[in-house]
Amino acid sequence: MEKSLIIKNLHVEVEGKKILKGVNLEVKQGEVHCIMGPNGSGKSTLAKVIMGHPKYKVIAGEIWFGGQNILELTPDERARMGVFLAFQYPQEIAGVNFLQYLTTIYNIHLRQMDPGVKAMKSFKFKRMVQPYLEELRMDPDFLNRYLNEGFSGGEKKKAEILQLKLIKPNLAMLDETDSGLDVDALRIVAEGVKGMLSSEMGALVVTHYRRILDYIEPDYVHMMYDGQIVKSGGCELAHMLEEIGYEWITADTTV
Amino acid sequence: MMINQNIFADLDRDVFDHRNVSDYMKNYQAGLSEELVRMISGEKAEPLWMLEHRLKSLKAYNEMPIPAWGPDLSDLNLDEITYYAKASDGQSKTWEEVPEDIKNTFERLGIPEAERKILAGVGAQYESQMVYHSLQEEWSSQGVIFEDMDVALREHEELVKKYFMQCVPFNDHKFAALHGAIWSGGTFLFVPKGVKLTMPVQAYFRMNGPGMGQFEHTLIIVEEGAEVHYIEGCSAPKYGKNALHAGCVEVFVGESARARYSSVENWSRDTYNLNTKRAFVDKDAFMEWVGGNLGSRVTMLYPCSVLKGEGARADHLGIAFANTGQTQDTGAKIIHAAPYTRSNVVMKSLSKGGGVSIYRGLLQVMPHAHDCVSNVECDALILDDQSRSDTIPDMKIANSDVSITHEASAGRLNEEDVFYLMARGMNEEEAKAMLVNGFLEDIVKELPLEYAVELNRLIELEMEGSVG
Repeated sequence: MEKSLIIKNLHVEVEGKKILKGVNLEVKQGEVHCIMGPNGSGKSTLAKVIMGHPKYKVIAGEIWFGGQNILELTPDERARMGVFLAFQYPQEIAGVNFLQYLTTIYNIHLRQMDPGVKAMKSFKFKRMVQPYLEELRMDPDFLNRYLNEGFSGGEKKKAEILQLKLIKPNLAMLDETDSGLDVDALRIVAEGVKGMLSSEMGALVVTHYRRILDYIEPDYVHMMYDGQIVKSGGCELAHMLEEIGYEWITADTTV
Repeated sequence: MMINQNIFADLDRDVFDHRNVSDYMKNYQAGLSEELVRMISGEKAEPLWMLEHRLKSLKAYNEMPIPAWGPDLSDLNLDEITYYAKASDGQSKTWEEVPEDIKNTFERLGIPEAERKILAGVGAQYESQMVYHSLQEEWSSQGVIFEDMDVALREHEELVKKYFMQCVPFNDHKFAALHGAIWSGGTFLFVPKGVKLTMPVQAYFRMNGPGMGQFEHTLIIVEEGAEVHYIEGCSAPKYGKNALHAGCVEVFVGESARARYSSVENWSRDTYNLNTKRAFVDKDAFMEWVGGNLGSRVTMLYPCSVLKGEGARADHLGIAFANTGQTQDTGAKIIHAAPYTRSNVVMKSLSKGGGVSIYRGLLQVMPHAHDCVSNVECDALILDDQSRSDTIPDMKIANSDVSITHEASAGRLNEEDVFYLMARGMNEEEAKAMLVNGFLEDIVKELPLEYAVELNRLIELEMEGSVG
């Protein structure tokens, strides 16, 4: 089954406040889409709603993935179908060992591929994961720490991409993965994602800045404003946004 | 190290709930009487002073009221408890000699395998009697004694007489008096001066018959400069008939000695676990209590450290999990009875499905005990709207030259954490179990790896059905 994402007329509110006001979007399997827009336009909300965050209430519209309406599915069911969200602010969870955690989510992925497969033990996983750590320039000592606890901003983003690499989803949503990264970290993270892009894995890149697009070239760029996608185009739209900023957009701007 | 994880990895609820056919139970009657107390003492061929101690305790028990504070004990019908039962005729030094059905029970619980891999010695009690006891030659040759209490009373009478119920007096409270009257079995552990056991020793207590009472006595003496880690495990199958556990643990930690007592108590949901544990800690000695309470219908357990000598220290680390129908009333009692003594208490409790967990603590500083330091931290995690948690700390501070901190927190699982884990493919139950294990990690990491795995597994079992 083709793992395409189709969003139709999506309206979402949180705590009584309308955030998304009729979003339409189609990301075919393997395509790379970028969503740009000013703060508060609803970019991050869109990614979280696709993942199934319980805080956001869908009041109208549909989200289809892989030919199935996923609105009624729990976040884990969506994850196991191949949807992945790299968080803007990954949770710090004290007491949960990073290695044990990674082993657990990796085994969930393995089981998804082959229900009869035997779970990988953490000591074997530890060896298996080494090349990924090297590629992302992560200290292997991180495995002994608690999940994201005390990780710097850049380390957290690398840890998210590490998980992306382990889970190998069909749709990678990156929620401002580039923000707060220095030039080197941005390059490592962005190249890490780029290396995975294929006809099997597309991406939905949510960003405020254009610079990540130097590494991950999008097929489409969408501009979001006040809960709607107000303009769509190719890479040239991202360049234009950088040149002239977001100020010129108003709610009246037509697609 | 990784290989050993498998000892307890496949545990499930059935392992603990499994009952053995128990023919021997028909030989024993419910109820408590002087006749029964005399019978127990006679059957064990005890010295006269012990019989006198039992009778004195029985009198105190009959005269003392049920505690007026704490959880409701009105459903516990003390006349229906079988206070004494033996399932086999003797005690064995090898598992081969242990009767097949009893051996199978302990095999299922992983005890013989743990002994082969990680323990210096093992004791196993079934109903009122120790059925197995063994200690590696390496330690016995250095003067370490690890015996069934009944055997110790015969073979080391003077030593037992010197310490027995000197830490927990027979009239401490009603259930201590009951224990003094009908105690049977348990562990005697003596570590002579300067001997440091590098491997833990373990005792496992198993109640098997319906309506049983188990009253084992654990007496641990760690002489000057010696070190030991003692682990206790407890379980019982469920019958729908109330059972009673009123054990007693006494630990004497000599000057500069170190004792660690770890226990994972997983009694059945119809057990009243009214347990008394106390340590006397001498000069510069260190006592550590690490405990997990998961089972039972009602638990009342407040391990106590009496810091008797200058510079004595105690750590109390505890986990309590109260699920549907359970009350975990647990805590710590610390008595700073000398200057420069230090205590550290970390308690974590979980309440789920209507369960009630209560932290009840006493921190006492005697008038002459200057320069004491005490930190108490209790964290409660409440997993749903039906469940409850309370903190009841009591402080009696009679010296102003002390440093005391007390922190308490109560909260729920963070929804963003749950979403984060679910977004990576864990279902809600798995995500919550992982977060709960993370909440408990500070304490679980103090357990030997194998027991930490066992405890994590038990927590996962308790978390099943948490999504509703």
